[in-house]
Amino acid sequence: MIMTLDTISLNKEVVVEKVRDSSLKRRLLDLGFIPNNKVKCVLISPFKDPKAYKINNNIIALRNIDAKNIEVNDENN
Amino acid sequence: MKTIKVALIGTPNVGKSTIYNALTKNDVHTGNWAGKTVEFTKGECVFESIKYEFYDLPGTYSLLARSKEEVVATDFIFDGLFDVAVVVCDATSLDKGINLVVQTQEIFKKVVVCINLIDEAIKKGITINYEVLKNNLNLPLVKMSAKEKVGLEELLKTIREAKESDYLNIDYGILEDSIKMVEKDIKESSKNKKWMALRVLENNQYYIDKFRKNNLINLSDNTKKSKERLEKVDINLEVAIKIRKIVVSKLKNVVYYKKKDYEEKVLKIDRILTSKLWGIPIMLIFLFLIFYLTIKGANGPSNLLFNFFQGLEDNIANFLNFIRVPKVINDLLVNGVYKTLYWVVSVMMPPMLIFFPLFTFLEDLGVLPRIAFNMDKAFSKCNACGKQALTMCMGVGCNAVGVTGARIIDSKRERLLAILTNVFVPCNGKFPTLIAVITMFFLNFTNKYSSLWCALILTLFMGGGILLTFIISFVLSKTILKGKASSFTLELPPYRFPNIIETIKYSFKNRAIYVLGRAVKVAIFAGFIIWGIANIKINNEPILSLISNFLDPIGKILGVDGVVILALLLGFPANEIVIPAMIMGYLKTSSLTNFTSVSALKEILIMNNWGIKTAICFIVLMMFHYPCSTTLLTIKKETNSNYYTFLAFIIPLLVGMFIAWGINLIF
Repeated sequence: MIMTLDTISLNKEVVVEKVRDSSLKRRLLDLGFIPNNKVKCVLISPFKDPKAYKINNNIIALRNIDAKNIEVNDENN
Repeated sequence: MKTIKVALIGTPNVGKSTIYNALTKNDVHTGNWAGKTVEFTKGECVFESIKYEFYDLPGTYSLLARSKEEVVATDFIFDGLFDVAVVVCDATSLDKGINLVVQTQEIFKKVVVCINLIDEAIKKGITINYEVLKNNLNLPLVKMSAKEKVGLEELLKTIREAKESDYLNIDYGILEDSIKMVEKDIKESSKNKKWMALRVLENNQYYIDKFRKNNLINLSDNTKKSKERLEKVDINLEVAIKIRKIVVSKLKNVVYYKKKDYEEKVLKIDRILTSKLWGIPIMLIFLFLIFYLTIKGANGPSNLLFNFFQGLEDNIANFLNFIRVPKVINDLLVNGVYKTLYWVVSVMMPPMLIFFPLFTFLEDLGVLPRIAFNMDKAFSKCNACGKQALTMCMGVGCNAVGVTGARIIDSKRERLLAILTNVFVPCNGKFPTLIAVITMFFLNFTNKYSSLWCALILTLFMGGGILLTFIISFVLSKTILKGKASSFTLELPPYRFPNIIETIKYSFKNRAIYVLGRAVKVAIFAGFIIWGIANIKINNEPILSLISNFLDPIGKILGVDGVVILALLLGFPANEIVIPAMIMGYLKTSSLTNFTSVSALKEILIMNNWGIKTAICFIVLMMFHYPCSTTLLTIKKETNSNYYTFLAFIIPLLVGMFIAWGINLIF
């Protein structure tokens, strides 16, 4: 099922589908948010925003408003 | 002597600065978070009769030139005014390093790969097959642990032997035809046409302008047509995918994970540090503990030093008398300069020697980005950037450093917010004064828990400073610096246990001694001035009394008196001298001519009508007034604007005066 990164639950591994256009898009591509790459939500901050994601063995925190621009697929493949 | 110029390239937080320091014996501050090197530094070393010049570039995730640091790094490499590029990679996270290696190879021909943090990788159970990696990359490769000084000579030797190879030619698939078309518009030079063509296709205005200026391109219909042809293609995405593919192929059969559970263990720590229940309290406890250890540990040594210096006072005076120094100069040197000086040294030095190593330790460990992570929500509510938390932490050490550190924030508006509010977190120069006043007026000296209470009260005031930072940021974001919070990414680096000896050495040498040195310089100078105005009389009234009497009405409105206001004015070059200035002011206007210990200060103050309210108003004014001159100069340099420098001056001053006035009015 396609959903956005900010909605995935803790510790669930999903696959990046698409990064929507935004000012952050290029940086996200640099960090490895490209189609078919695996990503996992590993930490949630005390106020539920931002959350931290593991991608390419790196832990990156994103605000939910930015994570919304990343479409992911939660079917294991 | 032969000179080899070397550029150090790397993603943020791979220990580039540590390598740089180890090689050049320079002291760039290294900390465990992304973006520590905000402008690049140059240093050199000599090894086997070759001089190596190192350029430590700011950390960058890619060379596609987006943020300020990336442009600095990319430009430097593209211009190629050096001989060898060393790309530093993190052995515990090879992906991003190799990504940068690949991108460097696209614009530079002599590349050396340096895999740092090999000891961390072993600790984490990561096995790397370096032979395979070396073959895959077809580049010289050095393993290193800069922290333990392993592999440094090897690196220098490898740099010396590095050979030129061709630019890396990446197959950009669907983009290739268009690239070829654009290449026709690019003039022959030593630069990689393909890379340049891609920047043109991406419409990277910065680079198009740069190429034009250097007379490297002459864009014609070829370019226009090829751009039109790619209208429906997401060029950035294509480039990212193709580079990723190369990186994955280079890392094939290279990395193996043995201890899967190691990572889980670290994550468990992080879950507690960032949990809903504990995240914020733990941070406050950290703060409290640092204060407590500083106060508790510094108390004894401070008194010892004070007594020691004071014991010498008569001897010095007698000696000066003996060598027939005139009485006036003798008095100036002893009661003016020497007294101010030893006050500053004995009160400032012990807390600094405890505070700075503790703080540096937390910084190196990697705690600060977690603080930024926890507090980001609050910053986003204030339309500010979560990285502002990092600049605030730096401000606790020194506001000037916090202001410079604001460069890690990409958005100009948010950077200005961080700069204008940085002074709301009290810097290390203010702590000893705050501690002294808290101890005097809120605590009973004989109470054995007094350090504990003092730390607690200090933490509370600190919390007030943080709260004000948020309020002011919010107000500014609705008025002068209007705007919504922009997007950013924050890397949470793996924890790294710092080399304790290095940490202590560094914080002594570069922080404590630096700050203290500045304070001492100012104290000597201020000692002269204060003594001067206290002793030169007009109509039988010392100038000091004249000024403080003049300032008295203002002081009274703010709950203090003219001497305090004068002391705060005199403290403009450095906050450390506020108390000595105050003591001089009081001593000259009261019958007391000497005091025997720090605690006797209280008597002087009480004799001058200080009470709890005066103490609170003083603390407020001490915490919130204009930034010291060094910080203001730094703000001017960073913002390049008189307007913002003025705002940075007036905002905290007005806020402090307003609060002190309010307290005075209500109580």
